[in-house]
This record gives sequence, structure tokens and C-alpha cells, in this order.
Amino acid sequence: MTPLSQLLPGQFGKLASLNPERGVDQRLMALGLLPGMVLKLIRRAPLGDPLAIEFGGQVVSLRLAEAENLIVDVSADCPIQRPRQP
Amino acid sequence: MSTPDAGLLVALVGNPNTGKSTLFNALTGLRQRVGNYPGVTVARKSGTCDLGDGQKVELVDLPGLYSLAAASPDEQVVIDALSGNIAGDRRPDAVVLVVDSTNLLRNLFLASQVAELGRPVVIVLNQADVAKEQGLRIDTELLSRRLGGVPVVMSSAWKGEGILDVRRAIASAVANQTPMKRVAWPTNIAAALTDVATAAAADTGKPVTEAEGQRLLFDTNPSTADRLGWTLAQRDKTLRSARDRVRNSGYNPMAAEPLVHYAHLRIILEGVVTEGAGKAGRSAAVDRLLLHRFLGPVLFLGIMLGFFGSVFWLAKFPMAWIQSGVDWTKTIVAPPLDAYPMLQSLLADGIIGGVGAFLVFLPQILILFLFIGILEDSGYMARAAFIMDRLFSWCGLNGKSFVPLLSGFACAIPSLLSTRTIEDPKARLATAFVVPFMSCSARFPIYALMCAAFIGPLYGPGWESVVMVGMHCVGLFFAVPTAFVLTRLVLKVKPQPFVLELPRYQMPKPRDVLWRMWQNAAEFVSKAGTVIFAITIIVWALSYFPRDASVAERIKASNPTAAEEVVKAKTQAAYVEQSYMGRFGKAVQPVFDPLGFDWKITVGVLASFPAREVIVSTLGVTYSVGEGAKADSQHLRKAMQDAKWSEGPRAGSPIFSLAAVLALMVFFALCSQCGPTIATLAQETGGWKWAAGSFVYMTALAWLAGTAVYQVVIRLT
Ligand SMILES: Nc1nc2c(ncn2[C@@H]2O[C@H](COP(=O)(O)OP(=O)(O)OP(=O)(O)O)[C@@H](O)[C@H]2O)c(=O)[nH]1
Ligand SMILES: [Mg+2]
Repeated sequence: MTPLSQLLPGQFGKLASLNPERGVDQRLMALGLLPGMVLKLIRRAPLGDPLAIEFGGQVVSLRLAEAENLIVDVSADCPIQRPRQP
Repeated sequence: MSTPDAGLLVALVGNPNTGKSTLFNALTGLRQRVGNYPGVTVARKSGTCDLGDGQKVELVDLPGLYSLAAASPDEQVVIDALSGNIAGDRRPDAVVLVVDSTNLLRNLFLASQVAELGRPVVIVLNQADVAKEQGLRIDTELLSRRLGGVPVVMSSAWKGEGILDVRRAIASAVANQTPMKRVAWPTNIAAALTDVATAAAADTGKPVTEAEGQRLLFDTNPSTADRLGWTLAQRDKTLRSARDRVRNSGYNPMAAEPLVHYAHLRIILEGVVTEGAGKAGRSAAVDRLLLHRFLGPVLFLGIMLGFFGSVFWLAKFPMAWIQSGVDWTKTIVAPPLDAYPMLQSLLADGIIGGVGAFLVFLPQILILFLFIGILEDSGYMARAAFIMDRLFSWCGLNGKSFVPLLSGFACAIPSLLSTRTIEDPKARLATAFVVPFMSCSARFPIYALMCAAFIGPLYGPGWESVVMVGMHCVGLFFAVPTAFVLTRLVLKVKPQPFVLELPRYQMPKPRDVLWRMWQNAAEFVSKAGTVIFAITIIVWALSYFPRDASVAERIKASNPTAAEEVVKAKTQAAYVEQSYMGRFGKAVQPVFDPLGFDWKITVGVLASFPAREVIVSTLGVTYSVGEGAKADSQHLRKAMQDAKWSEGPRAGSPIFSLAAVLALMVFFALCSQCGPTIATLAQETGGWKWAAGSFVYMTALAWLAGTAVYQVVIRLT
């Protein structure tokens, strides 16, 4: 269980919980970022913030501050979308 | 435009960037702006749409949104349009839900929320061409059946494919009034919703719909409660216990709505989409390059530098053609009027010289907008926001501020309107306040004139693009600390979440890009015919009159041996100096003396307050009055290069020294010289307070920065 903000570029995770009370944007949930969703951290912006993540067939940019509130399970089995080995 | 029969009203609703405006244009034949980033449309716009059988309806294009839990003003427009809240506005008779075919699940979330309103809907699966390319096959019949029989049609709005089907589907939705299948709320949530709606209705004495009940229960922002007049004191207890009830049933109350809808939609979409062989998008590969940790910023800078460099380079020849056209017109118009020197001067120096000096920049403006159009339509704009966000978050600006700020480089007016995509009113205000600092295209002509006349000849063409890029950064350089102080100290803006969809890349569509370029060119030219024309004539008149014969006699008498040409030149100079403009300019000049401006520049600066582009035509007039047809294409530059101080401590040295040239450009980069911007700022910030503040602040800053530049550079050179 790690915050999304600590994923490495290219790493997958399954969203375990979000913390709406701690101010996760309602917009992210509207986009389908809900518990159980598999997501991938694509990259960090050149200056380290924001992050680009991919889930449900879309690429979305969000800031570190939000990503800290999203807890992902990196050990979860993500059958189709395994991270590529370097 | 004919009025719609029976007054039927149909609204286009959907996620951002799905092609609503493109579809609107296809259905109505109008030309709404489109672009490949979320948030192009920020206000409602209506047109008449023929349903194919002669029946006409009024169609409204609306801003895009992801959820009815609307937070920003542009999203609120959609909520109001759907519920008919705006005075004098009706509820739509049907809602066309425009969906991106490549991402049905996410797009249908909004559709499912809209279904709760109980209006007849049409589902348009747009961008069908892209879905096909990706090998996606969509069973529209199955989807239609699962959604309760509402019409589901596929279209490629941009290619004009499937538009007739959309028309027919709207007709059938209006005729059959089929509502879309709604989600089944779990019992406890349903009960909580009933509690909330009942309590709100009882407290406010107004009817509260089920859909409104959902907004009251699920939304963190209180806009629905505020609109109903349900006060915090009244609603607090009800909402608390209703949310507890949701929580006890195992749902997080803030996430319950999307969870229930998404679960419902996953079942509906089961077997609807089949993935066949197709090309995966190339966006990921392009992003690997353009968003690369080192290459990304380098390419970003490279694109900007190349962009400004090529604006010069590409525009060179067309500019020369226009210039020779202007000169040729003068040679045609002027000689027959030799007997009427005043009329000759009005036409040749005033109108042709002044407006011509402005029109010469048309090719550069065209190329500028061509590039902006390409950047927007390709999908790079959102990436630029991604790369730059950190710089903006540092000074407290919303990431969403980026698009308004970037489009501020074209023109401040539309970008002030596009600040409506920002939820937090304070963040929005701060963004609007710094938008006018962005170097808009109206500043371009003065930079270009100064670079071409002084920087290029003195330091070589390479420096032209460097100075050009530098000038475009000056505004940004001051905007960032301004925003910092404003957001952190004055307004105390809370840090904002920044969630931005990165759209897929696409080949810029020549039609859309050229249309945008054409519209801006038309605006530029019509400005030449109106504002610029009027101010030019006024400036000409003020620098031509009074014209007392005694001046000529005095010059002649004091230079008895001089050649006729010399006498003539001296006479012209004397006339301009003692004109109303000359006297006025000289009186005010001391204010601008620390910036190294002479009285002619001072006149130009003052005349440019309504519209900053006026400066080039004013310089064109003040430096050519009395020259008539002799002023050839090089004349304005030459006259400026040769201009020397005639008196005072700087006597004999060139007026346009490097220091004065830079000070002039910096002054124009920062000064608030645009009437429409001030008016729009007042309109968008809801009063004259901020608009007046912006005017005073920017103008004072421009004066100080111009002075600093002049005083430092003059000592170094
Ligand atoms: N390939 C393809 N592209 C399309 C189609 N329809 C629209 N587009 C493109 O999608 C982008 C967005 O189109 P818009 O019409 O501005 O979208 P919108 O829904 O009005 O967007 P907002 O006003 O920002 O909510 C533009 O670049 C269009 O050219 C289509 O059918 N096929
Ligand atoms: Mg639009």
C-alpha cells in the first residue's frame, strides 16, 4: 500500500482507497478513478510535479498533493498491464 | 436566422473535448470555435438546427463538463441550462449527450447523471472515425436497448458523417419522449435522497426534484443549496444524518454517486464494445519525446523560439509586398493633389501612412495565429500546461490558469473569458488580473518595428528573435511575482487541485486552423478600418494644424542661402513642432523623459491608451507628416534611425538609442493600453475595482520598468 505519489514511472497499481474527506477532487472520481481501478503512473513532469497517470483508457494530469491522498496497491495482480521490465 | 418552430429547445451536453462544438457547427451551419483541449467553449451559444424533415429547433452549444457536481462558472452554465434556472430560459425539450466513442464508460457517467433529470435524451457516439481506427466496434442497438430505448447514433462530426442520423434521432427523441434508463440506488441511499429532498422542500417551500436532491446530498460545493435558498443552518443537520445513513450502508458519501453510476454502467456496457485489430494511438510515443524529462523543456523552448523566429522569416516577403503596395498607392494618390497640400497630407501621411504602417503587420499576425492554431489543435497545449504547471503552482496559480495565460499571448479578451473554467473565484480573479500581462498579438507590431529598425540592423537577425522572445517573457516575468503576492498575501487563495485530461494528439485540421486564422485576420483588418483609422486621422490633424504661413517665412528668412530642399525640410519640422500635437507632446514629454522618450514617442504612447497597436501608425504619422508621396517604404525606419535630440542635455545624440528602444518595448510589454481588456476585466470580475486596479498597477509598473531599463542601459552603452 503506497500513495500514488510514490509510484515509479511505468509502475502499475490498483487503487485501494481514496480519501474524499481529505479533499480528493470529486472530479477525479467522476473520471472513474474509484477503488479497484488499475492505473499506471506514466511520468512525472520535468519539474517533478504534476504527474501523468493513465486509467480507464485516458491520460490525466494531477498534482502530487492530490496523488498523496490516493492509496494504491502495487502488489495487486494487474494481468493485462504488467509494468514493462527495464 | 429563422425562428424555430414550436420553440423547441435542444441542448448539447457532454464531456470536454468530445466534439460538441464541432457537432453544433455541423448541425447549424454556424462557426463556433473548436480546439483540441478541454475547455474551449466557456459560454452558451445557440443556433437553429433543421431536423431533416423541415422541423426546426433551437440548439444550444454548452461548455464541457465531467460531472453535474459542477464547481466552475462554465460548468454552472450547463447546470443552469439543463434545469432552466436562468431567467427567461426554458428547460431543454431534449438533451443530446455527445460522447467520445473511444471512452464510453467515462463519458456515460455524465449521461447517467443527466438521465436522472428525466429529460428525453439522444446519445451521440462521436469521433467514430477514431474508434474505428483503433479497431473498436460498438453495438449501438444493444446499447440503445440497455439504456431503455433512447436513440444511440454514431457520428464523425468533423467529417460530417452521421449528421443526418443525429438530426433524425433528435426528432425521434422529441416525438417519443423516451427517457434514459436510470440507475437503481441502493435502498439506504434512496432513503437518504428522499430525506434530503423532503427536508429541503419543507424548509424552502419550493418543489425539489430528485435530481436536485442528489446534488444536495452528494456535492461538496453548496451551489444547489444556495440556489434553492436552503441555508446552512437549515440543511446542516439533515445532510449530516443523511450522509451518515449512506456511510452506514457501506458507501463513502462523497464517492457513493460515482460508485453507483459506474457499477451500473459497467453492466450496461457489458458486450457493447468489442476490440478488434486496430492501430493503438501514437500519443504515448509522442509524449515520450515531448514530455521527456530533459528533452521536453528543451523542445518546448525550441518550439517557442522557432515559432517567433519563423514569424519574422516567413512574413518578410509578404510584408515587403504590402509595403510596396502602400507606397504605390501613395504615388498614385499624392501627385494629382499637389495643388491641395492639406488634402494631400491627410491622404498620404495620415491615412495611407498611418493605416499602412499598421497593415504591414498583417502577415505576421496571420502566421502568429496559424501557429497558435496548430499548437491548439494538435493537442500540445495541454502538454505545455503539464510541463509548466510547477511554475504556476509555485506562485499560487491554478494549473487551469495555464490555458488562459497561454491564450493571452494571442489576445487578452478571449483568455479573460476562458478563466471561467477555474472553480475557485479567488484563483479566477488572480488569473484574470495577470492575463493582461501576457504579450498579446497587439504588442507584436511595436516589437517587430523596433527589432526590424534597430535590433536587426545593429546586431544581426539572430538577435531579432532573441529580443522578440525576451519581450514575450517580460510580461510573464512580472506576472509571476504579481500572482504570488495576489494569491498568497492579498486574496489568500487555497491551493487548488489540478486535474487535466491530456487529449490525444491529432493532425491539426487545416479547416479549423485556417478558419481561426482568417477570423483573427478579419478582426485585425477591421480594426485598421475603424479604431486605427479614427485615431490616425485625429493624430494627423493634431500634428498638421495650426499651419501658419508666418512659420515658413521665418524659416526662409533665417536661412537665405540654404538650398530649397533644406528649407523645406526645416519648415516641415517647424510646422510639426508648433502643431497642437507638438505643443501637447512637449508639455507632457517630461513625464516620459526618464524613459528616454522624445515628444513624438510621448504622443504615440498617449494615443495608444485605447489600443496599443496605434503606436505604429502614430509613429508613422508623426515621422512622415509633410513628406507626402516622397515617403518610401524605408522612410519610417530611416526617419526613426536618423532622429536626433535637438535640444536639452542629450542634444545631437540619437533618440532611438538602444536604451530608448528597449525601454519603449518594455513599456509596451507592461502598460495597460487596451480599452476592451479593461471593460472585459470589469465584466468578469464583477466591478470596476479590479479593472481600475489593473490599469493603475500595470501603467505604473510599465513606467518604472521602462525607466529602470533606460537608466541602466544608457549607462552601459
Ligand atoms: N477525429 C475526429 N475529431 C473530432 C471529431 N469531432 C471533433 N473532433 C475534434 O475534437 C476536438 C474537440 O472538438 P470541439 O468541438 O472543440 O469539442 P467540444 O466538445 O466543443 O470541447 P469543449 O468546448 O472544450 O468542451 C477538435 O480538435 C475537433 O477537431 C470527429 O468526429 N472525429
Ligand atoms: Mg466546445
